Amino acid sequence: MEFPTQSSPYLPLNNNLSRLMTQVMLGLIPGTLILLWFFGWGILFNLLIGSATALLAEAAMLRLRSQPVMPTLYDGSALLTGLLLGLSLPPLAPWWIPVVGALFAIVIAKQLYGGLGYNPFNPAMVGFVVLIISFPLQMTLWPPPQGIDAQTLGLADTLRLVFTEALPAGATLDSVTMATPLDMAKTRIGLNFTWSEILTDPRYGSFAGRGWEWINVGFLFGGLWLWQKRAIHWQIPAGMLGALFLVSLLFYIADADSFGSPVFHLFSGATMLGAFFIATDPVSAATTHRGRLYYGAGIGILTYIIRTWGGYPEGIAFAVLLMNMAAPTIDYLTPPRAFGHRDQKEG
Amino acid sequence: MLTAMLAIGTLAALFGLLLGFSAIRFKVEGDPIVDQVDSLLPQTQCGQCGYAGCRPYAEAIASGEADINQCPPGGEAGIQALSELLGVDPMPLNAEYGKHTEKQVAVIDEQVCIGCTLCIQACPVDAILGAAKQMHTVIESECTGCDLCLPPCPVDCIEMVPLKKSISRWKWPYPQDTERPVTETTE
Amino acid sequence: MVTLLEQPRRIPGGLHLDANKAQSLQQPLRACSIPEQLYIPLSQHIGEAAEPLLEVGDEVLKGQLVARSPVYISAPIHASSSGKIVAIGDYPVPHPSGMQATCIVIATDGKDQPVDTGLKMDTVFDADPAEIRQRVRDAGIVGLGGAGFPASVKLNPGPEREIELLVINAAECEPYISCDEALMCHRPQDIIDGVRIMRHALNARQVVIGVENNMPQAIESLQRCLEELSEDAIRITPVPVIYPAGGEKQLIYALTGEEVPSQGLPLDLGIVCHNVGTAAAIARALLQGEPLISRVVTVTGEGVRQPANLEVRIGTPVAELIEECGGYTDEVARLLMGGPMMGFSLASDAVPAIKTTNCILAASYRETPQATAASACIRCGDCVDVCPAGLLPQQLYWYARARNFDNIQDYNLFDCIECGCCAQVCPSHIPLVQYYRFAKTEIWSLDSERQFSDMARQRHEFRIERLEQEKIALEERRARARKALKPKVGDATAKQAEIAAALQRVKAKKEAQSAGPRNTGNLTEEQQAKIAEVDRRRASTSGQP
Repeated sequence: MEFPTQSSPYLPLNNNLSRLMTQVMLGLIPGTLILLWFFGWGILFNLLIGSATALLAEAAMLRLRSQPVMPTLYDGSALLTGLLLGLSLPPLAPWWIPVVGALFAIVIAKQLYGGLGYNPFNPAMVGFVVLIISFPLQMTLWPPPQGIDAQTLGLADTLRLVFTEALPAGATLDSVTMATPLDMAKTRIGLNFTWSEILTDPRYGSFAGRGWEWINVGFLFGGLWLWQKRAIHWQIPAGMLGALFLVSLLFYIADADSFGSPVFHLFSGATMLGAFFIATDPVSAATTHRGRLYYGAGIGILTYIIRTWGGYPEGIAFAVLLMNMAAPTIDYLTPPRAFGHRDQKEG
Repeated sequence: MLTAMLAIGTLAALFGLLLGFSAIRFKVEGDPIVDQVDSLLPQTQCGQCGYAGCRPYAEAIASGEADINQCPPGGEAGIQALSELLGVDPMPLNAEYGKHTEKQVAVIDEQVCIGCTLCIQACPVDAILGAAKQMHTVIESECTGCDLCLPPCPVDCIEMVPLKKSISRWKWPYPQDTERPVTETTE
Repeated sequence: MVTLLEQPRRIPGGLHLDANKAQSLQQPLRACSIPEQLYIPLSQHIGEAAEPLLEVGDEVLKGQLVARSPVYISAPIHASSSGKIVAIGDYPVPHPSGMQATCIVIATDGKDQPVDTGLKMDTVFDADPAEIRQRVRDAGIVGLGGAGFPASVKLNPGPEREIELLVINAAECEPYISCDEALMCHRPQDIIDGVRIMRHALNARQVVIGVENNMPQAIESLQRCLEELSEDAIRITPVPVIYPAGGEKQLIYALTGEEVPSQGLPLDLGIVCHNVGTAAAIARALLQGEPLISRVVTVTGEGVRQPANLEVRIGTPVAELIEECGGYTDEVARLLMGGPMMGFSLASDAVPAIKTTNCILAASYRETPQATAASACIRCGDCVDVCPAGLLPQQLYWYARARNFDNIQDYNLFDCIECGCCAQVCPSHIPLVQYYRFAKTEIWSLDSERQFSDMARQRHEFRIERLEQEKIALEERRARARKALKPKVGDATAKQAEIAAALQRVKAKKEAQSAGPRNTGNLTEEQQAKIAEVDRRRASTSGQP
């Protein structure tokens, strides 16, 4: 009798890309729901527009490159890029913001480098950085979070604002948006406010920015679930959060008036989203165990530096891209000790 | 102005001296690049490249006289290795000099051989055994498959045959990425 | 100094896989019937192929030597049953290439008549270790764990080396394979005897049998046997169940915490490791006089009706084993030799079971699905986590794919044991192991090509030098000859004297010829008579035209 032949191993494989990506998307749910609750419908539009554009761009590019379209779309990586980008954009940004961001992310940062697995930079963060550099105004359009006594927009008003850039009667752009806690802290520190004064503002909550603290808790929760499901490794989040904590602690101890507390930094802005969902993008990150710790730590430190002394209130996107550049070198410098190489020097 | 010119002049003189000194002190005997090129050539000594053997071809490559794509026995892999060594772009094998074939060995039909020793004189690696008026034979493990023994034979009793395929020489095929690849049985 | 750990250690990396051993262990170990024809390959081991000693048409008896080992790293081959050699030629053999190799084909006569092999030793525990090694070698025993390295070589540590520890590998970690477990359950006596012989031959200080701790029956069986023999110097240590804990280096690590150096041998640590089946084979050879002509093979999978462990004669076609186990089921999709992680697929069931065949897995597509398309590596690093050799499989893949055979060795390609863990967890379904095998065989081939071309260069340079020297020698000879002929320049009188002398000589010669031979002055009568007769004969022949 004749049989087909192939190389070992032969057992059923119970892991695949689309399962991995689906898990990551499931992990996003708690944080996303809290984000929606605090910042309203705009988030939903960003997610929808961002992911739809990402999928379309991926399909078009794959066709252009004569690659199989459906199997690659099915792996979920383009969708995930669109979602991550959508989650980092301000809810009241006009519709073309997620479109431009997702196009850049998929077409330039991903497909032009060869598609999944070949992109040296995190596509979602490339999209984000392009937007924040090119359209700084639109990228500040965060509404006040739920719970602050201010004008909030309903579904219809948000729709109109996002798609036609028309504000409801009597409202101004300033009246429907509000600086984020990180943004405001930065401005006020520049104006010689002390942290205790800053924290009296209603947009600060129990231990960080109002709303933001719970959003971060949500992403932390989702991230821990991912780690428990072995979809991500612990080293990058641990390295990043650990470094961010230590650096902020150091400065906080030195001068609690001019520097935010470690807890504030850990639960502000995109810290948890970045630590568990963005920095952990395996393609552009370091891959050795030790390397991942260093890589994460680098992101943590750079994030702190940019937040504290840089030109932008949030530094995760830049930190991730900078460390993406360093990832191959980190990998090269941190090879694991192979079995049986006990007495030999590493290198 | 004068100081500047003096300074530059002194510097130039110093560096010139340094260069001159290094040229003498660190003079490299021989031409190691020729050795390196030679070590990448297959040493068939077949002369298909248009030179008298592998070393002359290596010298020609090193001096820029010959291209790296004139060695059919070395094939694409050889060109690749040369291009990496010399930092030039790989190019396809120049068909003028022949085609890359599977390694072959010469076999003498011992019934027909008249013992003329012409092939022994032609063999660049002394891989043919025999004496005048005695039958000759090829040492298979030494034969480089250069074909040089074929033309001098007056009775055409030498034939090139491909090496027999065997399990010990079998290589795993390069995986076909579209699916978990099937191992090819032969060819 | 090697010490056994109180608590065996977990190996780095590895995977928890479903054992799937119960199927084949339901039935007791039994002998497979004698097939009509045995196809016995000449190369069933690491090292040179054996050389046939007999010819087509020769009758053979069971256990008779049919091919001898030509070099140290090789093993002889014996007839697995009595009969007649009907062919010696190329037939399909079990190998991933699916190629053919030389086999001796024996048409069995069913009588199974044994020959006296002379392997049996009456006083094996007092015997000289060298004598034991020789007999193990003559019995054709190779490592039965999978690689098939000649066992006698591994019983020869050399005169300098003290053996601290003999490790018997019974940690059969690969799914589906249960031949060692069956052997331990049904033939503990053979195993313990073999272990004692090895201990004696190696003069090993400590002995440990490493078993996976999911084989309680096997452990109990061995333990009982040890108690009966009141043998308390052989330890049985259960090791944590994880694939590939049964790898030689992995098992040694689990038991002792020591790492066998890369590119090194357990011997470097004063450790020797043998498979449990090898121990039993040595006992049978030296105590019962039976060379390695059969072994236990697991026949299992959803593709076969009654999975079982069989005692199989070397050379029995796989189709016969399947038949013995009730034949194929409708679900059979794939035929593997070895386990599903490190085995290889057979294109045909016509190939024989050989000395290293531990398992025949007739698998359904449910057990071993068809390969799916691979996607790009996303560098997730799951492979790094499971690699028992501490490598970076994704880097190795990258370089293998790019055919970068220099850099891939910097990443320790040759420490890869091809366990398949990386490919098993890869979310992109990349056939990683095949990439590594491709790179390894390419590198070996390039190395041998390099060696060959270096040799050719040497021979060519030597030839050029030789021709050069011959030319110089020729020149010198000519020069000398010319010099001898040449008169001294500017010495006219000498020249004239020479000419005169030459003329003189010619003249004298002519004179002598006309005067007849000069040396006839003082001849005996007998000689003169002979000369006269010769002259007469000359005159008579010259008279004829």
